[in-house]
Amino acid sequence: MTEKIELKINGLSVTADSGMTILDAALRKGIYIPHLCHHRQLEPIGACRLCLVEIQGEWKKTVISCKTLVKEGMVVLTETPEIQKIRQINVELIVADHDTDCLNCFQNTKCALQRVADHVGMDKKRLDRLKKPDKLLPIDDSNPFFTFNPNRCVLCGICVRTCDEIQNIQAIDFVHRGLGTKVAGFGDRPRLESNCESCGECIVRCPVGALTEKDAVRPTHQVKTICAFCGCGCGVVLGVRDNKLVSARGDLGNKASKGRLCVKGRFGYKFVNHPDRLTSPMVKKDGNFVEVGWDEALDLVADNFAKNKGDKFAGISSAKATNEDNYVFQKFTRAVMGTNNIDHCARL
Amino acid sequence: MAGLATSLGSGAMTNTITELGDASTILAIGTNTTEAHPIAALQVKDAVRKGAKLIVANPKEIELCRFAAVFLQHKPGTDVPLLMGMMRVILEEGLEDKAFIADRCENFESFEKSLEAFDLDTVEKLTGVAQDKIIKAARIYATQTPSSIIYCMGITQHVHGTDNVLAVSNLALLTGNIGKPSTGVNPLRGQNNVQGACDIGCLPNVYPGYQQVTSPDARSKFESAWGVELSDKAGLTHTEIFDALLEGRIKSLYMVGENPVLSEANASHAIEAMEKADFMVVQDIFMTETAELADVVLPGAAFAEKDGTFTNTERRVQRVRKALDPVGEAKPDWWIACELAKRLSAKGFDFSGPSEIMDEMGSLMPTYKGISYSRLEKGSLQWPCPSEDHSGTPFLHAEKFGTETGKGKFMPLEYKKPGEDTDKEYPLLLTTDRSLFHFHSTMTRRVYGLNVLGKEELLNIHPEDAEKLGIADEQMVKVASRRGEVEVKAKVTKKCIVGTVSMGFHFAETPTNLLTCCELDPVAKTPGTKVCAVRIETI
Ligand code: SF4
Ligand code: SF4
Ligand code: SF4
Repeated sequence: MTEKIELKINGLSVTADSGMTILDAALRKGIYIPHLCHHRQLEPIGACRLCLVEIQGEWKKTVISCKTLVKEGMVVLTETPEIQKIRQINVELIVADHDTDCLNCFQNTKCALQRVADHVGMDKKRLDRLKKPDKLLPIDDSNPFFTFNPNRCVLCGICVRTCDEIQNIQAIDFVHRGLGTKVAGFGDRPRLESNCESCGECIVRCPVGALTEKDAVRPTHQVKTICAFCGCGCGVVLGVRDNKLVSARGDLGNKASKGRLCVKGRFGYKFVNHPDRLTSPMVKKDGNFVEVGWDEALDLVADNFAKNKGDKFAGISSAKATNEDNYVFQKFTRAVMGTNNIDHCARL
Repeated sequence: MAGLATSLGSGAMTNTITELGDASTILAIGTNTTEAHPIAALQVKDAVRKGAKLIVANPKEIELCRFAAVFLQHKPGTDVPLLMGMMRVILEEGLEDKAFIADRCENFESFEKSLEAFDLDTVEKLTGVAQDKIIKAARIYATQTPSSIIYCMGITQHVHGTDNVLAVSNLALLTGNIGKPSTGVNPLRGQNNVQGACDIGCLPNVYPGYQQVTSPDARSKFESAWGVELSDKAGLTHTEIFDALLEGRIKSLYMVGENPVLSEANASHAIEAMEKADFMVVQDIFMTETAELADVVLPGAAFAEKDGTFTNTERRVQRVRKALDPVGEAKPDWWIACELAKRLSAKGFDFSGPSEIMDEMGSLMPTYKGISYSRLEKGSLQWPCPSEDHSGTPFLHAEKFGTETGKGKFMPLEYKKPGEDTDKEYPLLLTTDRSLFHFHSTMTRRVYGLNVLGKEELLNIHPEDAEKLGIADEQMVKVASRRGEVEVKAKVTKKCIVGTVSMGFHFAETPTNLLTCCELDPVAKTPGTKVCAVRIETI
């Protein structure tokens, strides 16, 4: 049973649920506490140490808010001079090690590191001293759908935990120690050679521009629909730009999938824009297909079907088509063609 | 899905995918879930993470085995003895749900009698699975409840697919693992809208809503709704249609979004049949191998180009929305069929759009009666949804079964040999597989990245068999069955059992279905694609 817990954050009264962390309670109330490694669907690890807060009164101490649960009557300060000092050093260390070519990054304006740096601020002189000469690590673009750029990775571990906790695959982990630490497939191998299933769940959660979809384009509008591949029926939100599909993301509100997608649902929509799509009715004349208009094609089909009504006709419908398509198709076969010779490929 | 309709009164998945996450035991038989139903597989893994026990029964060592408490690697085609063996253990140890059997089931005695033939010695010999594993699996399934069973084509795509399904439903009835949350008998349907296509009557023996075409009441209901006289004779099934084409009994064929050249068991037979058709129309989004054979090809709209609904494997009716205008002159399938109907002077095809079609469906199908586009705007609904104020049904059979008597029906079963025997000439058994990266073929083959990840068909073969035949990993080999032959690259792996090889069917370059067997399950008329005898040669 969750109980309501009253506490104060920065002097504001906050009502939280028992079992919630201070960070979640603050964020829910609209109070920003800088953080990088927190993700609401994953277990907290307290790695980035940016979400430090001070608890006052009898429990007085500085804690990591993503791992500390709320208590009745708690008084929390998210900003103090000491906390600011620690945060600033942490941010500077991360930024010093970061390829800050932001305008060329897909996460630009959506990036958690930009937000943290913006909130905490940096000392330019100190940053310049920390900054190493540009020595970029090689980019892993082995996967056909996404790229991993270690120079933009903040080592938050969200991708590693996603692959473990959400996908139960454990395709990637931290390799090496100290300054050389990075995320990679088992044994520092490229992702394509790991057991990664390309579900893309880690890309969706990466707070910065380290994991990005290849050829990513921002849509002008989005449409909620259902994946066209398997019987799980996952909810997918398709992004559209210039009458083309350019993106797909999981629909969090979908009861079957709860926001998750597999590789086909996330990246497979691209067949819709394929240049091989049939764009016009075609009739075979002397062994070759010739494009014709709808009227000519439909008249020809209707004339031929008229000759073979009854059990000389059969319709085979598709398990990929909609219910409405299939309903009309079986009605056509039964009511117009006069036969029950109708089936689909469910048996296969 | 003929089996479940007999024993439980409904052929659909009894429970909901997300309920799997709360099961205490999951038996996954004949499903390579992580490959074919990845998001359902996540629920299975979630359950294991929370402490559930997973039992995997599969001739091949699949990815899910990493999470399994027991792995039963039975020989292909021996699902019935394996499950009957488990049930025998359950009865011998008194682990059955006696109250459930007495109150909610019938036909128990004759089923119990049929178990006599399945002593564990016999079962071990037939299945190749050690007795202690069968005992362990049986105890877990019966005692750590709620227990769910999931299965897929590994169960249905057999000459004895219906028996396999009945064995699964016997097991659930025996332990009362049905009619409650996180239990049940759950066939995971393959394509996105197989469930819907069945529900709305794309089947030769039933009208929309599984109303029998041979029932005079059902027929007169549809006759008066549609204003025409209807045939009182059940139609031909998919595979029978191809036979009838060959024999010249069927002259015209209208096919939507299907590619039997790749997907039909025994593809060469299907090609020959289609070539014999007087007139064939194919409606699809690509010029498929099958469309090439047609007289007229009509361009259909893709899923993102139309409004409508899909019904997923858990009976969930969900709204599909148009995101794009169709390419070129492509049109939604329903529109095309309506235009043809009008040209043939038929009435009742003036639908203004999918919402109106759904209204007509609801008026004729009791299970969809309460479903409308305005309700779906607020969220999906699981059928049965019999009225406007009904919130849908997450799990079936809560109070009674859908059979005539309302009781769950135990079915006596006997062991039957798999469809095809191996012999000197064809000494190995071939089973077919699915890949995570492909789905049948037409759509996924046209996504560049998916081809990089799942590059080509592979023949999986156990090192012992490979050595005997002198086959090295990645070597090209010829696979021949009694029906045809294909060339493919070999992958030597311990994931297969000795004597059994496996292969997918996603690639036009390697038409696996030239090999497979179209002997039909006598009840469900499902071709036994899963098992066929082959010979492998180096080339
Ligand atoms: S790749 Fe992204 S999610 Fe993974 S550790 Fe780096 S920054 Fe975090
Ligand atoms: S794409 Fe999916 S499987 Fe691959 S590393 Fe990311 S979470 Fe893991
Ligand atoms: S996203 Fe994957 S699991 Fe979900 S419906 Fe599509 S193909 Fe199936």
